[in-house]
Amino acid sequence: MSSESDGQGAGSPRGNGPPALKKPVSGSAHARVSPADLIFKNVTRAAGIGLLVLIAAIAAFLVIEATSALQANTGNFFTTTEWFPNASPPVFGIAALLFGTVLTAVIAMIIAVPVAVGIALFITVYAPRRLATPLAFIVDLLAAVPSVVFGLWGLIVLVPRMNGLQQWLTDYFGWIPLFSTDDGLVGRSIFVASIVLAIMILPIVAAISREIFLQVPNPHKEAALALGATRWEMIRTAVLPYGKPGVISASMLGLGRAMGETIAVALVLPASFNISWHILSPAGNTIAANVANGFSEANPIGRGALIASGLVLFIVTMLVNIMARAVIARRREFSGAT
Amino acid sequence: MNIGKRQVAVMGLAMSAVLGVAACGSDNNTASPSSTAGTATGAISCATGSIVASGSTAQKNAMDEWVKKYQTACSGSTINYQAVGSAAGKQAFVDGKIDFAGSDSAISGDQATSAAKRCTGGQLVNLPMVAGPVAVIYNLAGVKDLQLSAATLAKIYSGAITKWNDPVIAADNPGLTLPSTTIVSVHRSDGSGTTDNLTKYLAGAAASDWTFASGSDWKAPGGQGSKGSDGVTATVKATAGAIGYVELSFAENASLSTAKIKNGAGEYVAVSTEATSKGVSTAKVAPAPDLKLTFDYTATTPGAYPIYLVTYEITCTQGLAASQATLVKSFLTYTSSTNGQAAIADLGYAPLPTDLASKVSSVVATIS
Repeated sequence: MSSESDGQGAGSPRGNGPPALKKPVSGSAHARVSPADLIFKNVTRAAGIGLLVLIAAIAAFLVIEATSALQANTGNFFTTTEWFPNASPPVFGIAALLFGTVLTAVIAMIIAVPVAVGIALFITVYAPRRLATPLAFIVDLLAAVPSVVFGLWGLIVLVPRMNGLQQWLTDYFGWIPLFSTDDGLVGRSIFVASIVLAIMILPIVAAISREIFLQVPNPHKEAALALGATRWEMIRTAVLPYGKPGVISASMLGLGRAMGETIAVALVLPASFNISWHILSPAGNTIAANVANGFSEANPIGRGALIASGLVLFIVTMLVNIMARAVIARRREFSGAT
Repeated sequence: MNIGKRQVAVMGLAMSAVLGVAACGSDNNTASPSSTAGTATGAISCATGSIVASGSTAQKNAMDEWVKKYQTACSGSTINYQAVGSAAGKQAFVDGKIDFAGSDSAISGDQATSAAKRCTGGQLVNLPMVAGPVAVIYNLAGVKDLQLSAATLAKIYSGAITKWNDPVIAADNPGLTLPSTTIVSVHRSDGSGTTDNLTKYLAGAAASDWTFASGSDWKAPGGQGSKGSDGVTATVKATAGAIGYVELSFAENASLSTAKIKNGAGEYVAVSTEATSKGVSTAKVAPAPDLKLTFDYTATTPGAYPIYLVTYEITCTQGLAASQATLVKSFLTYTSSTNGQAAIADLGYAPLPTDLASKVSSVVATIS
């Protein structure tokens, strides 16, 4: 309920601060505000403005660097699936890359979010304390593993071991277009890349969800149990509704990581520029992985093209975050009520 | 608040992450004496100071070895080679950030014009320095001594052949029983001088079967990309029926089979540093001081391995700051010497042919 005073915006009539601050903070406060307050206010304001300037500067840099490459492009940037920006004349388009980026991230979310929420619920509700603490610690530790390690593990360890499962999926579920393959081959597919991504975003989603679930007010849970709810019913009626906005926000952080993940995907995916729903076939590429692959040997146009693709990723990530904010804002009013 | 009343058995949790990282490039220091002799022999004539260079990743292991040897012999010298990629290296040289650039291809065109502005009073030079074979590796159980001609390799990589028992491959391998496995052709997903040189070879030796342009980006459709030579090696190793191309050291470290490649003389030659030196000796050398090479993939020199790459050091004969120029000259004198070339032979690089090495040495001698 406490309304944090963010400078002049204070003065909510119901904000009952400590007695010493009974007088309204806003208004003719010049004599009241101590230097420390003033300095702190300006430091925080500078941090906020600095972030906005930084974002704007990144956007401006991307646009400036991308423009000349986009002008030289002889393909349609949005519909071309090829990527030959170093050729003369340069031909490149974002279609296949954007498709791969979104598809891998979405599949990774489908795999990771239920597991992460499960881990968080287990740690907060089911696990005995002497197990919960080390388990939470291990999940957090997973977030500290460098992504190149995940990439190498994916390529060297996971891909050969996933062949059996992928073959089985395509043998028995190949009638579903998603699980059919182009020429009977499975291997370094979108599916495996998504699993690697899922493992990478798991700790982020799990850790934040855990913190959210820990904040569920005890009266909510006790009330549910007092009404005769089982533990699962208590989770369903008290914990999950309260935690929903937090879980969504955690998932969006994970989604951002999944879409921006570079080196792990670059190592696992075979970097082919096609749009295919056959997620078990060795094919696919993402924007970030393509930047990692192409940057070192790119000429000026090639670099501009990669930066243009970075701009697309930037915009997509921003849209996703705005959407997530909207969802959370809509849910917030219900959060405590159910 | 404690909800549970029942005792929960203590569970043990073990997590173990096993990570295999393939080492690439041996650290063997012993330089085997090589038959190819350069003009400049004997001890390093030291210079002091510090220089920065960057560029090709293909010559990184060679540079690391040379820098280590040079700095050990010459106290007070610092040479910093950053393997950032040929294009980035050339750009850094144009921008004046580095003293020499390593590159898989010679600097030319507009870039050469703007780079030449640094060389006041002298000339911009491409110095061939590190040569190495591109090995064709494959993963085919029970098949040893696979032989491939340029046309067959082009058909495999362009997707015209999809099975290992295709008659075209069989024609190159009389008496060899080939399985009906599907061919998985693996190429580099990142821009690479290795790709550039392989596609140059395919375009030069099998123009009718290789209709895609050559270049550091892979242009043919189909096949699987893999990041870096270690990525290609790992993918070929993990995939039955896969074929890929990497520098020799990667093939040796992964103990994968390498294919014999048909040269202009009609022989199938196994990949080796000696055979590669013979191959490089067929290249046409531009007149000094700019020693750009033009490869002749149809040369009929016996025993020559036809797929190789040569990386250049790009620098100015004059125009570098005096303190840097002395060290660049001294360092490149060492790298082009017999000792220098022999020092990297164990890393999978081929010593430059004698006459080419002496041409390089004489151009390096003019740096001031």
